[in-house]
Parts: sequence; structure tokens; C-alpha cells
Amino acid sequence: MGNEPNNILDAYTTGEYKYGFHSDIETEYAPIGLNEDTVRYISARKNEPEFMLEYRLKAYRHWLTMKMPKWPHLEIPPIDFQDIIYYAAPVKKKELSSLDEVDPELLETFKKLGISLEEQKKLSGVAVDAVIDSVSVKTTFSETLSKYGIIFCSFSEAVHNHPDLVKKYMGSVVPYTDNFFAALNSAVFSDGSFCFIPKGVRCPVELSTYFRINAANTGQFERTLIVAEEEAYVSYMEGCTAPQRDENQLHAAVVEIVAMKDASVKYSTVQNWYPGDKHGKGGIYNFVTKRGICKGNNAKISWTQVETGSAITWKYPSCILLGDNSVGEFYSVAVTNNYQQADTGTKMLHLGRNTKSTIMSKGISAGRSNNSYRGLVRISKNAINSRNYSQCDSLLLGDKCGAHTFPYIQTENKSSIVEHEATTSKISEDQLFYCQQRGIDTESAVGLIVNGYAKEVLKQLPMEFAVEAQKLLSISLEGSVG
Amino acid sequence: MLLKITNLHASIKGKEILKGINLEVNKGEVHAIMGPNGTGKSTLASVIAGRDVFDVTEGEILYNTKNLMTLSVEERAREGIFLGFQYPVEIPGVSITNFMRTAVNEIRKYRGFDPLPAGEFLKMMEEKKKLVEITSNLTNRSVNEGFSGGEKKRNEIFQMAMLEPTLAILDETDSGLDIDALRVVANGVNKLRTPENGFVIITHYQRLLDYIVPDFVHVLYEGRIVKSGGKELAIELEEKGYDWIKEQL
Repeated sequence: MGNEPNNILDAYTTGEYKYGFHSDIETEYAPIGLNEDTVRYISARKNEPEFMLEYRLKAYRHWLTMKMPKWPHLEIPPIDFQDIIYYAAPVKKKELSSLDEVDPELLETFKKLGISLEEQKKLSGVAVDAVIDSVSVKTTFSETLSKYGIIFCSFSEAVHNHPDLVKKYMGSVVPYTDNFFAALNSAVFSDGSFCFIPKGVRCPVELSTYFRINAANTGQFERTLIVAEEEAYVSYMEGCTAPQRDENQLHAAVVEIVAMKDASVKYSTVQNWYPGDKHGKGGIYNFVTKRGICKGNNAKISWTQVETGSAITWKYPSCILLGDNSVGEFYSVAVTNNYQQADTGTKMLHLGRNTKSTIMSKGISAGRSNNSYRGLVRISKNAINSRNYSQCDSLLLGDKCGAHTFPYIQTENKSSIVEHEATTSKISEDQLFYCQQRGIDTESAVGLIVNGYAKEVLKQLPMEFAVEAQKLLSISLEGSVG
Repeated sequence: MLLKITNLHASIKGKEILKGINLEVNKGEVHAIMGPNGTGKSTLASVIAGRDVFDVTEGEILYNTKNLMTLSVEERAREGIFLGFQYPVEIPGVSITNFMRTAVNEIRKYRGFDPLPAGEFLKMMEEKKKLVEITSNLTNRSVNEGFSGGEKKRNEIFQMAMLEPTLAILDETDSGLDIDALRVVANGVNKLRTPENGFVIITHYQRLLDYIVPDFVHVLYEGRIVKSGGKELAIELEEKGYDWIKEQL
């Protein structure tokens, strides 16, 4: 097992040959490894203002003092951080001229997910006809948004065009000192999304990274910042149900959400990075720091995640409930199959009075995988009359997988109520037989039962996302029973 | 001939339960299988449906001249075999509507038809609900989750109506039912009886047969059918009890 990650990292470093880069397009890489020069190189390549470089350097210097966290219930093979290329110029994937050149296995999955042909082409990197290119869609989209004063652009653009907003909010929820991976991201992040909803504006559409210019090159160190001013509302979707193949093995993203007084932010994500093969070879290591702050009174932040991909997932979308009466929600479905490992959950930090949080976690383990829920509910002394309700369910398929729950509850006042419920169940032979007797084969039956189990979370997703996520759950578990 | 069982032996974990069953069911016939508890009635139902915890060690089952042993559980279902369960299992979070739509479309696919459009499916569901006297919003609830005994059995009959089987096996569908529920279940079966399908009704008591009049009654005892007759056999059994059968052997 020890050599595999290096092999994959090697594959990446030699990737330009293997993946057939265009020779006529200038491709530039940062030198391999990480030091101050790398950080300066990245900042210079992106033509960043001074404040960004300083921020990156501070983060880098702090990162040097930190160590990989050891507490997750994960077996992480050693990662050589000096054996990674931290920046490559945007042209990364070879453009294919038709779907015939795309991996048939990938196309089969697209078909099962019911993804349109146009979208299939986009996702697999096939050049789309200029006339029907969604650039025009994007333009109309941006125009609509700007009418409302909504800013939705790449993080790099925001750094150039809205430096004051970036300066004000970047790192305000996840400081670079927060943890090892947040520090790493802060030093070397490539790009990401920036979203700003001005006071009193209810964003009229679901904001999806799909529409974001440059969305194709999300990169391995992504950074997202969402700010909702007073009384603003936005529903933001990130990720994609289609399988995401990426030659980068290590992903360390940071997502920050700021919700001011009476604002509400709904963040939905589907993560389907390459999970490795049946034998546990390859796959993405996904170390993500996601956190939101309900800064003003009556603010609300809701996280919904469907996690099916990655070899290793380390992710705890959290809420800091600072404003009185603010609300935090976390809805999660995490699926692990074969040799996948997930350690995921949330933190709800109640600081304001009458704050409320809901946690609903549905873990599904199959194959030889390990799936852990880790959650912290902390109710501080001043957070009087606060409430939390947590429900953590685990569903096991087969007898070689593991499900674990690590709930931490700290209450510092007596007027608050914390409830925690947990269940572990299995798909029973009786359930399968019942479905089969109605003409439903084992695979479809597992899909049906799993989707039923995850229903309370899936219904939190925006409609079209939910439909795809349902299919995705079934596909992720194919071959795991019988 | 719809179903022809010849010298069927079946065992579970090495213990023989069925010890040479012979049974023939023609289209348009209703057969009742009676007998004391633990004589193999439910095993017979499970073996016809294809449950793999049972090993068929001898004999054969022909269904529409097809050898059932070569078909999987779902293939048997798609060929038109329906089993009404004695203890229907709960499937949390899966609505009956969704469950039935999946089942109906899988069966249609097997038979070479396109999936039923949503509108037509819902129309069909309303018709079948009426047929089996379901007025509540039962179909919006999760399959059997939190159902009363009567609701579970009614749901089985509803599913039978939806799937329109050629051979329906009802495994003690009457057990645990009050008289109203029993009447609803029986009415459902009577309405679904056609010259083209057959029923095998497994029951411990004669009571259900007051409502569903069988063409044949068989007594299963210690893994064998020891006595067969017309509907009057059920009445005789009710009067004399199963001990009467034991004495005759």
C-alpha cells in the first residue's frame, strides 16, 4: 500500500506526456515541491496584488509549523508534499473531438445518470460547437445576476475586481491557522468561486458552479467564499454527480460562508471524485475545510452533502452560530464502497442565544470500506435556550465494512437541550427477497432501499440535483450485494 | 396446466421440510392448502417463489411448462408469479407508489414493453386502489412502515392487483385479520379471479374459505399432501380438526 500514492503522484508529474498535451500551447508548471518560491511563483503567475501574496506567505510559514492531523479514523498513506506540483497553467486536458474518443465506461455512467449529450461532452472535455457553447448561456446568466448586484465569479477575478470584499472576508471563517490542510490551501490555492449577495437580495436562481466561467479547471486546491449580506438569500450548488477523474491525488479545498443578520445560505454539494478501483488502488484524497458563520441575528446556514467519491474523505462542514436565533443545519449522505474511507460530520458551535441546529447524517458502508461520523455540538455558556437535534444512522451492506460514530457533545448551560439519536441497520435478506419477488432485481432493490434510507437528506437537495443524486447512490453501490 | 409440482423435496440447513409434494393447478382454479402449523405450507410458497435459503433436493416445478428451477426470484415474478407474504417486511423511506412503479416497469421491461408513463401509472393505481377498497393515502406511505396487520395484508392484495399475476400464492394472508379486513382481502381476490389466472391460498383456518370459495382443498401434513378434495373438505376439517387427519394416517 505504501508505494501507491507515490505512483499516482508520479503519474501526475509525468502526466503531460501520458495525457497528450497540445504541444503548440504554452504549458507552464511551478517547479516541483513547496517552498516560499513556489508560493511567490503562484501569486506572480496569477498577477495577484500584494495583499494576496502576503496572505499566502503567512499561511505557508504557519503550515511549516503544523503536522498532518492524526485523529481521524482513517488510514492515510504517507504523502510527500515535496513531490507535488502546486501550479500548472490552465490548459490541462486534451480536447477531444467527439464522444467516440471518451472512455466507454465513463459514457455508460453518464447514460445511467441521464446526463444530456451536451453536458456529457462538457464533462468529458469534448469541444462543444461554438454556436451551442454555453458561453452565451453564461453571459445571459451573468447579466441577470448583475442586475441584482450579485457577484458570482472565479476567486481570481474577485481578487482583482473586488479586492476589498476579499480582504474583508477571506480567512474570516477559516483562518489559515485553522488546520494543516486549510493552511496548505491558503498558501497555494489555485482558484475557486466567489459569491456575494447584497443586502435584501434574494438570488433568483440556484447558483451552480456549472455556470461559472472557468469552472472546468477547478484544480486541486479550490477556495470558495460566499457572503450573504443582511436579509439576503442564496442557494448554492457545487460539484457534479458525474464521475470526476482527476490526475491530482491530493485535494484540499476551503469553503467559507458568511451570513449576516436575517440572511440565509443553502449550500448543496455532491462529491464524486475518483474513488480508486475495486482493489483500493488509486483514488483522490479529499481533505476539505468547510465552515460558515451566522454572524447576525436570525441568520441561517444549511449544508447538504452527498459524498460518494474519493478514496479518503476528511470533511466537516460546520456552523458557527454567533447571532441570536441563528440556525445551522447539516444533512449528509456518505457512501463508501470497496476500500474507500470516509471520516465526515459536522461541528455546530452555539454562541448566540436561542440558536438551533439540526444534524442528520446517513452513512452507507459496503465492500471493505470504513465510514465514520464525527460530530461536535458545543453549546457555550451564553447560548441560553439553544437546541440541537442530531440523528446519525449507519447502513451496512455486507459484513466486511465498518461504520463508526464519534459524537462529541459539550453543553455549558442548563437551559439548552441536546438530543442525539443513532441507529445501525443492515439491508436484510427479507427486504431483498421481498423486492425480488415483485420483479425487482438485486441491484435495483439495493438502490431503492438505499435511496429510501437517505430520503430525508436527498429531499434537501435542489430538485434536479436530487434526481441525479438518487441515481448516483445506486450506481456507487453496484455489485456490493450478492 | 399453469403449475405442475412433481415429487418436490426441499430442505433447509439439511433438514427436510417438503417430502414429496405433488400438485397441479390449472388456469381459472383456486386451490386452498390447509394444515397444522409447521407442516411446510410457507416453505412450499417460498420454494415456488425461489427463496434460496431452501435447497430443492428432488423433484420439479413446471410453470407454464417452464422449469422454475432455472429462473431467479425476480424472473419468476416477471413471469407472473406473485407471493402474498405472511409477514410483509418494512422498507423505510420507499413509498408504495415508487416501489410499485419500479416493480411494474421492471416487469414490463422483461416482457418487452416501454415503461408506463407516469400519468397512466397513477391512473392504474387509482383503479386498483378502488378495486381493493383502499381509500386512505396508504400508497404515499413507506412500504409497510408502521402499518397495522390489516394494512399490511391489504397492501399485499393491492400489489397483487397492480402486478396482475398469472399465479398468485397467498401465504396465510388471513392470519391476524379482523372480520372486516378479511372481507376486504377476500373481495380483492374474488375480483381478481379470472379464467386466465390461478390462486394457491395457504391458510390455517377455514374462515377465509367462507369468502373465497376454492375449487380444491389440500391438506399438507409433515411435508406431504395427505388429502385432497373439494370445498367440503375444508368444512369437514373445521368440524373435526387436524387430529382427524392424523388418525386417518
